[in-house]
Amino acid sequence: MNLSRKWLNEFVELSLEEADDKRFAEAMSVSGSKVEVTEDLSASLKNVKVGRILSLKKHPNSDHMLVCSLDVGAEAPVQICTGAWNVHEGDLVPAALHNAFLPGGVKITKGKLRGVESDGMLCSLKELELTTHDFEYAAVKPAAILDDYHPIDPLKPSISSSIRAGERIYGKVCAAAVLSVEVAGVNLWRCGLDLGEKKVETVTDCQNIHADDLVAYDTGKDSICSPEDLHARQEEFPHCIPDGILILHEDCKPGDDVATLLGRDDHVVEFEITPNRPDCLCMIGLARETAVTFGKELKLHEPVVRADAGGRIEDLAKIVIEDAALCPRYTARMVRNVKIGPSPAWMKERIRNAGMRPINNLVDITNYVMLEYGQPMHAFDFSCVKDGEIHVRCAREGESIRTLDGNDRPLNPSMLCICDTEKPVAVAGVMGGENSEIVGDTAMVLFESACFNGPSVRRTATTLGMRTDASSRFEKGLDAEGTVRAVQRACELVEMLGCGEVVEGILDVYPGRKPQTTLKLEPEKINALLGTDIDEPAMRKILTDLGFGFDGDTILVPSWRADVEHYSDIAEEVARFYGYNEIPTRFTGGIATCGGFSDYQLCERLIGQTCRSLGLDEIITYSFISPSYYDKIRMSKDDPRRDSLKILNPLGEDTSIMRTTILPSMLEILSRNYNYRNREAALYEIGRIYRKRPDGLADEPRIVSLGAYGDGMDFFVIKAWIETLFRALGAPDPRFVQERENPSYHPGRCARVYVGETLAGVLGQIHPEVAANYGMDTEVYCAELSFEALYALKGGAPVYKPIPRFPSVSRDIAIVCDAKIPVGEMAEHILASGGKYLVGCTPFDVYTGHHIAEGMKSVAFSLSMRSDSQTLTDEDAEDTVRKVLEALKERFGAVMR
Amino acid sequence: MKELMQSLRESAVQAILNADDAEKLENLRVRYLGKKGELTAILRQMGKLSAEERPVMGQLANQLRAELETAIEKRRAELSRVMMQKKLEQETIDVTLPAKDMRLGHKHPMYSVLDQIKDIFIGMGFEIVDGPEVELADYNFTKLNIDEGHPSREWTDTFYFTEDSRILLRTQTSPMQVHAMETKSLPIRMIAPGRVYRKDEVDATHSPMFHQIEGMVIDKGVTMADLKATLNLVVEKIYGEGTVTRFRPHHFPFTEPSCELDIQCHKCGGKGCPTCKGEGWIEVLGAGMVHPKVLSGCGIDPDVYSGWAFGMGLERLAMGEYKITDLRLIFENDVRFLEQF
Repeated sequence: MNLSRKWLNEFVELSLEEADDKRFAEAMSVSGSKVEVTEDLSASLKNVKVGRILSLKKHPNSDHMLVCSLDVGAEAPVQICTGAWNVHEGDLVPAALHNAFLPGGVKITKGKLRGVESDGMLCSLKELELTTHDFEYAAVKPAAILDDYHPIDPLKPSISSSIRAGERIYGKVCAAAVLSVEVAGVNLWRCGLDLGEKKVETVTDCQNIHADDLVAYDTGKDSICSPEDLHARQEEFPHCIPDGILILHEDCKPGDDVATLLGRDDHVVEFEITPNRPDCLCMIGLARETAVTFGKELKLHEPVVRADAGGRIEDLAKIVIEDAALCPRYTARMVRNVKIGPSPAWMKERIRNAGMRPINNLVDITNYVMLEYGQPMHAFDFSCVKDGEIHVRCAREGESIRTLDGNDRPLNPSMLCICDTEKPVAVAGVMGGENSEIVGDTAMVLFESACFNGPSVRRTATTLGMRTDASSRFEKGLDAEGTVRAVQRACELVEMLGCGEVVEGILDVYPGRKPQTTLKLEPEKINALLGTDIDEPAMRKILTDLGFGFDGDTILVPSWRADVEHYSDIAEEVARFYGYNEIPTRFTGGIATCGGFSDYQLCERLIGQTCRSLGLDEIITYSFISPSYYDKIRMSKDDPRRDSLKILNPLGEDTSIMRTTILPSMLEILSRNYNYRNREAALYEIGRIYRKRPDGLADEPRIVSLGAYGDGMDFFVIKAWIETLFRALGAPDPRFVQERENPSYHPGRCARVYVGETLAGVLGQIHPEVAANYGMDTEVYCAELSFEALYALKGGAPVYKPIPRFPSVSRDIAIVCDAKIPVGEMAEHILASGGKYLVGCTPFDVYTGHHIAEGMKSVAFSLSMRSDSQTLTDEDAEDTVRKVLEALKERFGAVMR
Repeated sequence: MKELMQSLRESAVQAILNADDAEKLENLRVRYLGKKGELTAILRQMGKLSAEERPVMGQLANQLRAELETAIEKRRAELSRVMMQKKLEQETIDVTLPAKDMRLGHKHPMYSVLDQIKDIFIGMGFEIVDGPEVELADYNFTKLNIDEGHPSREWTDTFYFTEDSRILLRTQTSPMQVHAMETKSLPIRMIAPGRVYRKDEVDATHSPMFHQIEGMVIDKGVTMADLKATLNLVVEKIYGEGTVTRFRPHHFPFTEPSCELDIQCHKCGGKGCPTCKGEGWIEVLGAGMVHPKVLSGCGIDPDVYSGWAFGMGLERLAMGEYKITDLRLIFENDVRFLEQF
């Protein structure tokens, strides 16, 4: 919402001196109307003055430029070159002088144009960011100036370059030399023409004619021809264009500031209005907030309508609301003998400064009322409303409408429309239809001022893809009590502008009247919520200023404040104007709570810390993936994890289902790093997966996901990471069991991680096909561990064990056994069978090949033995070794090498 | 004999001084002082001496032995010192050569910021709670006083799992307020960080998944003054001591009164600059007093208990803290990015 400070003064007297931009923004923001930005409109139009053209002459070095001498209110005239031909001696024009600023940040400086000094620039409408809606008289009509004729084929010109006054061009059109040009009215000139044999006078509305020009004159029609009249293309008369300098016909004099003339001597404040305050999407709403914020009086005006057109609206029109839920109120008035034309400058200025465009008086009135009262209005050409009946109903299947923007819109039965007895004439609260548009010859107008259901308007506007100034107000839910005042104001303006006669009577159908909201004023409750000590009169004053009424202790909430329905809302109103920043800052105590991380959270932290100390970087990945990712990791077709939670309205396929495995997320990030040519990556994430539950919700267990590629990366590195993680958690040492069935992993380089019978996860090299699916031509290693399992396995506080007093003894043994027997199983068996002194068994060499039979391998173990009560003897050690060898032989058929 | 000893002394002392390594020195010791050494050989001739001469010569011989032993020891010490010096010289390295590769992992910058915030609240007696991301509309909206027609419920804004719009991906961490009120005993002081989801296309400032931190206090006699005191403290911890704040009315359906907390722009000190878009203030978080309707909806009597709550976006905080210019970097996980933190 844009607020013009100039317009605001109509309701609240607050000068810029009293509250400059910064102070205004600060005060309004902390009272609840957040100011986004303030624009000084004059800053974008600086040093542009009204100039009177004293004389014109042709530029000596250019065939199309003019050199003007201007009175800009200074002592000496200034000289400005222009390429536009619609200027004449005596014209008032906007002249951008040296160091002027134009909209869009354009800076004008003096300089030389083809060797001739130019002290600035004359401005067109476009350069001032205006259109002919702002100045209708500024539309430029060119005559075809024969000196500007550029034939398409230079060898076959339609008009000879040596043509002279009086010579025929075609039919009754002949060349004429302009002898004199005099003003004959607004955009009218009386030209004296030399037709060779005779001289004539004619009046033309072409604006680019000067004495000594050679023009085409139609002797039959007595008119000077435009390029169009000669059926010429624009490029044949490149400088005779329907564009030019804005010639001012305003009440102004040389030296006047154009910014002021255009109403740009204004500061416009852009507010961010929260959705609960649709009442602030207009001048009066913001004026009310301003008045209370600055302690000023709010001056409101009750519209007065004479309604002297004769007749009564009841006899002319009828309104039927067929869907009262979507249209709580529909109010209408009628205007006869409408005279469409431009609005007065003050109205155009206010509309422009609010960020809208002036169109014509009737349309401008509807927009003006919307800006002033916040009530969107619509004006129908009543002659296009069949049978004079307005039916507010939902569209029927198959109906469509061409809206004012010229687009055909298919409608559906959820969309509320304004219809006559036959067809929709507007999409309710969104946009009117072309079939009932106000046009130049509109004579009877029906003003609509209605209240529509907010969500319904929002959905219709979204479905049609057309959020308008009206719909964005309606969608927040407007005050149904405001419709009559708005339509009255529109009719008052019609009479004020003299653009029509208002018919007596108001049609007002109001099926959705709401009861008055009342609340009890409970100052102690408010103070208890705020932590303040505000007295009751102060509260009453704030509320009264905001438009709340009182009946004893009962607060009467104004109709435009549908957001206030609870004592806490009243507390906010009081707090806003008492000042949030005046509320004390203190702890009121309460019961102390212990707080702190839970064991679960500490476990998470510990895992993260350990991963980082192992050199892994933490990543954060999206929880949703593409269903095709399951194929990418070669998940089997009947894997139950393919049954994922599906987002019904995803942004795209890639983010359409909730992941049931974290592996694709890790692989995606590894692959991205690989593609970025990062030589290595070692990553971890503690992320959730989402398992569908029968109740439709999800179990969301955490997975510790590890992944890496790069130099030195192999199975035993990632295995070491996992062992370290278990150690850091104080969990028992895990057991690794070869896994051949996991389709995502290399069948020979994958293991499941167990503690006892608890499966904690899986690790291994990613299947080369899967790696290839991710565009990675390197060995990739991943692990997926259940966070819940790790948390369950986490050890408690350590208990001190005495440090051994006696040295340990070590013996190495080498055995030969079947190559298929896992070394880990043998090591486990050794520890189990070595007797009381055996405390450690570390495999340190595995050998196949020379001297070892086919299908066999040699494995070397280092055994470590110790006693807590004595230094072990050689015999003790030998005895242990013997036991171990016997056990290996018995269980695995292994023999000493 | 005396002469013999004299010449022995001279040659031995010279030889000892000339010995240039430990082995040669040991050989000299054996040669002169060993059992079969030259001094012993001289002493063997003592028998030929008279009784008066013997003690004199004996004494001289002992002196000589002691003298030579001292010289050898001295030389040995010298040599050892030289050897050590030589060894150290040989062992000299170029300390400017690169160190061994020791990888240190990095915490994701966003979680660094999150941990910082968790620590602040833990220090104030808060606990951290965690809840589901696949959520009921009831918790995400209804129990938070967000009515049926509210725009945020639209399918264009929220991800849904069921046609009846009953199950969704939470769009905010605020449902954790409801979960906490329903399951925890009073008083409650908690924060709930986590992932949230909205239907926004990915760009430099948007992502369909992002993170929020919710915080809530429910206790007897809790007022807006507590809210201000706590959040001012938190903001000072995050943005540094002396950070100027302002509280500005705002609107959230589940808090009333509601506010936004701005900090004065640290770049321009409030004058207005590109960082604060000319406003002089930077919005940090939204907060408010827990709406009495929400309290009673969760079975808490608003006439006995009151509470306040806040919510803040984590991505923006991390981006501000580390001057990260594009949100996409957060979820891209390029190691060249991660290793900077």
